[in-house]
Amino acid sequence: MTAPPGPQKTLATFHVNGESHEVAFVPHKTLLEVLREEMNLTGTKHGCELGECGACTVQVDGTPVLSCLVLAVDVVGKQVRTVEGLAKGPELTELQHAFADMGAAQCGYCTPGILMTADALLAQNTKPTRDEIKECLAGNLCRCTGYIKIFEAVELAAARCRGEKAEPRKESIHGS
Amino acid sequence: MVLDDPSTRAPSAKNDAPWQHDKKKEDLQHIGKPIRKVDARGKVSGLTKYADDLVLPRMLHMKLLRSTVAHAEIVSIDTRKAAALDGVKGILTGKDMPITFGILPVSQDEHALCPDLVRFVGDPVVAIAATEEEIAWNACRLVDVQYREKQTIGGIHEAAATNEPRLHDYGVRGNIHRLENLEFGDMKDGFARAEHVREDTFFFEGNTHLPMEQHATLAHFDKDGKLTVWSSTQTPHYLHRALARVLHPLPAHHIRVIAVTNGGGFGGKSDPFNHEICAAKMSMLTGRPVKIALTREEVFFCHRGRHPVLMRSKMGVTKTGRITALDFESYLDGGAYGSYGTASTFYTGALQTVTYTVENYHFRGARFFTCKAPCGPKRGHGTVQPRFAIEVQLDKIACDLGLDPAQMRLDNLAPRDSLTANFLRIGSMGLGACIEKVVAGSNWKTRRGKREVTKDGRIRGLGLACSSYLSGAGLPIYWNGLPHSGVQLKLDRSGLVTAFCGSTDIGQGSDSVLGWIIGEVLGIDPLGIKVVTGDTDLTPVDLGSYSSRVTLMTGNAAMQAAERARELIAKGVADKLGVPANRLVFSNSRVFDAEDPKKGLTFQEAVIATEARFGTIGTVGSYTPPATAAKFRGGGVGPSPSYSYSATVVEVEVDPLTGVYRVPKIWMAHDIGRALNAAVAMGQIEGGVYMGLGEAMMEEQAYRDRVHKGNRIFVHRIPSMLEYKQPTGLEMPEIVTYVVEDPDKNGPFGAKEVGQGPLLPIMPAVANAVFDAVGVRVDENPVSFEKVFAAMAAKKEGKDARFGPSNGPDGVPDVDFGDSLKIKTPWQGGDGTAWNEPKREKKAAK
Ligand code: FES
Ligand code: FES
Repeated sequence: MTAPPGPQKTLATFHVNGESHEVAFVPHKTLLEVLREEMNLTGTKHGCELGECGACTVQVDGTPVLSCLVLAVDVVGKQVRTVEGLAKGPELTELQHAFADMGAAQCGYCTPGILMTADALLAQNTKPTRDEIKECLAGNLCRCTGYIKIFEAVELAAARCRGEKAEPRKESIHGS
Repeated sequence: MVLDDPSTRAPSAKNDAPWQHDKKKEDLQHIGKPIRKVDARGKVSGLTKYADDLVLPRMLHMKLLRSTVAHAEIVSIDTRKAAALDGVKGILTGKDMPITFGILPVSQDEHALCPDLVRFVGDPVVAIAATEEEIAWNACRLVDVQYREKQTIGGIHEAAATNEPRLHDYGVRGNIHRLENLEFGDMKDGFARAEHVREDTFFFEGNTHLPMEQHATLAHFDKDGKLTVWSSTQTPHYLHRALARVLHPLPAHHIRVIAVTNGGGFGGKSDPFNHEICAAKMSMLTGRPVKIALTREEVFFCHRGRHPVLMRSKMGVTKTGRITALDFESYLDGGAYGSYGTASTFYTGALQTVTYTVENYHFRGARFFTCKAPCGPKRGHGTVQPRFAIEVQLDKIACDLGLDPAQMRLDNLAPRDSLTANFLRIGSMGLGACIEKVVAGSNWKTRRGKREVTKDGRIRGLGLACSSYLSGAGLPIYWNGLPHSGVQLKLDRSGLVTAFCGSTDIGQGSDSVLGWIIGEVLGIDPLGIKVVTGDTDLTPVDLGSYSSRVTLMTGNAAMQAAERARELIAKGVADKLGVPANRLVFSNSRVFDAEDPKKGLTFQEAVIATEARFGTIGTVGSYTPPATAAKFRGGGVGPSPSYSYSATVVEVEVDPLTGVYRVPKIWMAHDIGRALNAAVAMGQIEGGVYMGLGEAMMEEQAYRDRVHKGNRIFVHRIPSMLEYKQPTGLEMPEIVTYVVEDPDKNGPFGAKEVGQGPLLPIMPAVANAVFDAVGVRVDENPVSFEKVFAAMAAKKEGKDARFGPSNGPDGVPDVDFGDSLKIKTPWQGGDGTAWNEPKREKKAAK
């Protein structure tokens, strides 16, 4: 038996991390699938593919979206940014440095999604409160960290982005 | 009876290795500092590869067709339509892999695909590989499987009452997988001396790990006729064993397992899995690389999570709360397969004795087979459920006796450097310090029992609980006398140090532990060390990332290898500089004369000098835990080189109308021996608290039991992340963490475990806090809102202010445990053997 004639592939140009990619793909593919499978951008993760975990978060025109819920065709002509697009060459962003310093990435699987969400927050709000950070990251699940180190890393990065010479609080690192 | 008689103290473990537990903190360069993890950069830049990120040319995608019924014979499987579908390249059924496997040698009861019987909804039946994932899915739908349904066995009571049909033809009898019955000391005397006796029944519902990464495997049977399997596994060594067994006659040395960085495990990736074996077999069948990436639903079917356990605990105490006798029964719902279940059963009875002295102890445990996804080890493996029971029961006892629960615990701590009633050897013991920290931090003494009312009308309560966990199992899964962990170091003239070790980083930081320890010993930057791990071709065996064993065991192996390298380099440098070797200092990437620090070499020059003198440099280190004191049958589960300790106080605010509560703050103190890295240790503690809070408040792996058109439908209720409730960042309370360091002589630099222990006391502390707030007992975990409400409703009606399983005779199943194995306690002069144990045939382990 031959397969029922599947949908034809379409050709489109995507703008991802400042580069153009011309990709042929089946139009029902999600952005997550096209990023990972057609463009080899495997930094973006998946934990459910149902919009429940936030691991697949990327930015579309600066706004965090769940790439497993977005059809790739819908972002044609828009600017997509993934975790691979955060660092400037070998230079990590303050947010990435802060995550490394705080041990906010344990298994690291939720990290790309969380970085993309938090990066969008910091772009809008240079001095977010703990509650604002919590609210913003509530859709990104993490099973390893208990979230505390993540919140602290975002705060640390925000302070450093503001030009403050911020270091982690002693209690966060050594306990009370 | 003298409990602190020195003759009952633990003989000191054979310890000829320099574990440096007595080093002063100030004298350490890297250990204890919050340096970055060796893999931090990759993880924050999206460059770390997980199993599903791997792609090979000509790779096929595989899917599994799973059983839709809970228990049935397979009458027929018709795959013809699927085989005819364009793009389908290979189909496997049970008959292609007739050899069974399993993690434990005593329960090799799984098939890669069910050949004739399915035992739960989700059991895999057919594997199909195709050029695209979608084609493989579609092909699965074209397979016609005919089942002849059998009676479903849905839970503990049902399994105990059902002798036929049996889910397995091994085990004790009927659907009883294991029965254990161990008696330490003189129970009659213990209860006779008790001034107060309580008997309570508890239930702990199962829950699952829910790692963020779904399991994935890539297998490649290559041009040389050798197999490589990349997988998200915590235990590459045991996967290697299982593959060699099922894929016979493929020789074990033609199989290479590479554990890819795990996106979380928590115990859920420590069994060899059917999908891993199917991928390997499929690659051998098709001659192409084969990948399988599980869906989230399938991860719930893999499960191996927390066993649902029903427990009855009878505790006799003196007026001061000293436990004179503890009679503990546990009944485990094992699900469809053995998995780690034998160990889990023993673990429900093992660690009751290491926190407070238990003078006489009787443990009975039964594990049942049921038609559910198999249970196994989740963070705290098997010790979590009894810890819930014991800590809640102690809280009740303190209430009964009018004692402060914190003080009562402090007064009855198990002594350091002692043997427990069941012959566990306690070394360092910082539980007292932990209790004092959380009591002081939370203002326990003044705030407990005050029932303060918040602005929005909620009632505050504080609950305290303690716990302990292993730093690695003292005995391996295969009893073979071989090291549990090995490390090889290669040093070359570039100055590079490469560490090879079979351990697997699941996010806990085990790769970094290697770097920190080797960096400390050799005086070089840990981030400059190259770490190669979890590859059965390249790295010496490490048993895996389970039972919190890696920091201690690979840590000690790494230390031994590094000490040997240091010794060799010291000789090389001594010759070159004409300085006695014992005067050389290794620090800041230099090797220099302590008396004339300017006289020295860079580390690289030192390596070159040594290589010139002795040839290519490589050293090895390995670790085998000290012999255990428990010699009776069943004594293999529980011993550990050291035990970590935790104490917590949880604050709750309960709505007195609805039972809905929130947790604003948690104080947690953990005795880690020594923190090898401050920041990473904190992260482990916070992560443990989070997962414990999820278990306490909401997480449950529950089943839906319905009748539809006369048929019983027994399915997983919640196989999605949305339905399986877990705390988000919004629910996370403030956590005040205290890192208590009571170095243990068996640990590298004194370190003990931290990955699992801090989870354990959270659930009972929440239950105790709810009681403190509203005066009702929830003896069943999760302590969900509706249970608090039900208990409050019962209280209002003048009934027992409690929610939980029946305390009456019907509360636990009627199981004949047979005669107990009788073991004299150390203070009765026992030697760790059972005086009534039948002679055992000695079987050589393979
Ligand atoms: S993969 Fe889970 S939300 Fe997209
Ligand atoms: S770091 Fe593992 S899931 Fe967040």
